[in-house]
Amino acid sequence: MKKMLKLFGVSVACMALLMLFACGQAPEEKKAEAPAKTEEAAAPAKEEPKTVTAGFVYVSPIGDAGYSYAHDLGRQAVDALDWAETFYAESVPEGADSERVIRNMARKGYDIIFTTSFGYMDPTIKVAKEFPDTKFMHCSGFKKAANVSNYFGRIYQARFLTGLVAGEMTKSNKLGYVAAFPIPEVIRGINAFTLGVRKVNPEAEVRVVWTKTWYDPALEKDAAKSLLDAGCDVITQHQDSPAAQEAAQEAGVYSVGYNSDMASFAPKSHLTSAMWNWGPMYVKVMEQVRDGSWQGDQSTWWSLKDGVVDIAPFGPMVPEDVKADVEAERAKFMAGEDVVFAGPVKNQAGEVVIPEGSTPADGDLLGMDWFVEGVVGTVK
Amino acid sequence: MWDFLIPLFAATVQSGTPVLYATLGEMMTEKGGVLNLGVEGMMSIAALAAFWTSFTTGSPWLGFMAGGIAGMVFGGLHAFVCVTCLGNQVVSGLALTIFGVGLTHFLGVPYVGLAAPGFNPFDFPVLSQIPVLGEIFFKHDMLVYFSFVLPVLFWFFFRRTSFGLHVAATGEMPAAAAAAGLKPVVLRYFAVLAGGFMIGLGGAYLSLAYTHLWTNGLSGGRGWIAVALVIFAFWRPGRAVAGAYLFGGVMAFQLRLQAVGTNLPSSLLLMLPYLLTILVLILSAWRGRRIDAPAALGTNIEPEG
Repeated sequence: MKKMLKLFGVSVACMALLMLFACGQAPEEKKAEAPAKTEEAAAPAKEEPKTVTAGFVYVSPIGDAGYSYAHDLGRQAVDALDWAETFYAESVPEGADSERVIRNMARKGYDIIFTTSFGYMDPTIKVAKEFPDTKFMHCSGFKKAANVSNYFGRIYQARFLTGLVAGEMTKSNKLGYVAAFPIPEVIRGINAFTLGVRKVNPEAEVRVVWTKTWYDPALEKDAAKSLLDAGCDVITQHQDSPAAQEAAQEAGVYSVGYNSDMASFAPKSHLTSAMWNWGPMYVKVMEQVRDGSWQGDQSTWWSLKDGVVDIAPFGPMVPEDVKADVEAERAKFMAGEDVVFAGPVKNQAGEVVIPEGSTPADGDLLGMDWFVEGVVGTVK
Repeated sequence: MWDFLIPLFAATVQSGTPVLYATLGEMMTEKGGVLNLGVEGMMSIAALAAFWTSFTTGSPWLGFMAGGIAGMVFGGLHAFVCVTCLGNQVVSGLALTIFGVGLTHFLGVPYVGLAAPGFNPFDFPVLSQIPVLGEIFFKHDMLVYFSFVLPVLFWFFFRRTSFGLHVAATGEMPAAAAAAGLKPVVLRYFAVLAGGFMIGLGGAYLSLAYTHLWTNGLSGGRGWIAVALVIFAFWRPGRAVAGAYLFGGVMAFQLRLQAVGTNLPSSLLLMLPYLLTILVLILSAWRGRRIDAPAALGTNIEPEG
């Protein structure tokens, strides 16, 4: 009897732990990793009027591809300035943990703190209240404060261009999209990609599989495989690892990368990537901090022509005429035009949401919570 | 329909394999009378050991062995605490999980995002030509094929060899085993070490075959699933196979449901595998098959006198 009770206790413990996993990828797991792993830059050689210090908070490990990697390249561009010093914390879970890390950075007296993931929005606002003299820049969110500005890039423009390539290259007219969380940033990317695809190939559809995690290569790969099994022959993703590319290459189909040039991970499959180039933006912000022109309560949303987003060089399998078409569209963005969400745009039910002749305001784009026609999947 | 089902079942086999290794490992440990809740931590550290070895030596087979050995070392730690020092098995196991997962994160940081040579799928000669079954079972990597043999070996060991019976005896009644001239302590060490080795192989599968990229959190709760599945399987290898594939199947199924474009909320679908495990635990407890558990499971061998 005693043994039975004991076993029962164990089963209950197992269940409790399982439930913990069911409610998200064990938040305590990442805590173990010292979040405040900092890297000190080489000390500035000569005394400048002021050394500007900046802290960067990353949601995933930097690794050698992916979202945080792209931000870190930007940080390195800042670090190369002889009047700037940078620190970073990687793999910081969104939510309460990030608040602790951000507060810790603020306490250390950094001039500006860049919080690079959507989920850091509320913690950033909260900490910013406690440290009114510290400047904060939050990436991809919408909340602001006197000492908090937000910034992002119009990656959807690059997504649209990769959609043009993918739409030309598909044979099955089914494209797969491995996506992290149904938040406006990701939904916007899926929509832009789909609009690109259907501009050149109105028959094609884009199938979405949510992983509900930013970084879980095993799951991302599984998700990509499930899309391949469903008949998709071009795979793209909004995740922090190139696992979907890996799956596409193994299956011998094409893939479109995200974050950075992912050609090296799947050279046979890689058509192009929608990628970030944070360096110019971070350097500019640091210069503003240095000369005192930095302002809070601002939204900066740079586009392709500002150099913050672009597409990677095409893979060898992309035909010349496709390249030329994409370059022509790219030229429009470079000229300051933004054609991605130009109406008429229909939703999944076929209703016109963005009427002909109009383009949505930035606010609508930032809050986008619906799929365009041609996407197969739900935003839940 | 078959276009949907065959890839689904093939993916089931792949998702189920790491869980199968770990379930058999935990079963081996428990057969010897030791409860090991450290599976999650052991799989985690084994995945890293396997990746690191394959990364530095370029040999996935060495990596596979290294994963097993890492599991065995952690198993040894557990055995030392529980069998030699008579520590509480539940506490020691939980500590092992926390330690294993933490250590993996700490040591694994420099390798995140890097790729190591691993096992790739190939068509098994002849057998892969069988219609349907060949598609499902014989287009995987070497480690999957090896996992087909393992439950048979396991069964053979406990049912057909006297050494296996000795190990099972220490799990049932160590005092009687001792009276019969066996050495329960040694036999328990064997069960925990051999079980740890298999759990380690499960971890190695994750970083060498499942994906070739290193990342933290690769075990993703599979260790706990394995602990639950042992109870589900009533300590029988055949049922462990069923349990592991059932879990793998639900995991693969929910992603595929999304891919074919159902309108069910994905959050609900992602919960399915875990919900199923809870259900299975409740069902097996309800059916009162606890009787199948090794009688001395979870109790330490008290020294005489």
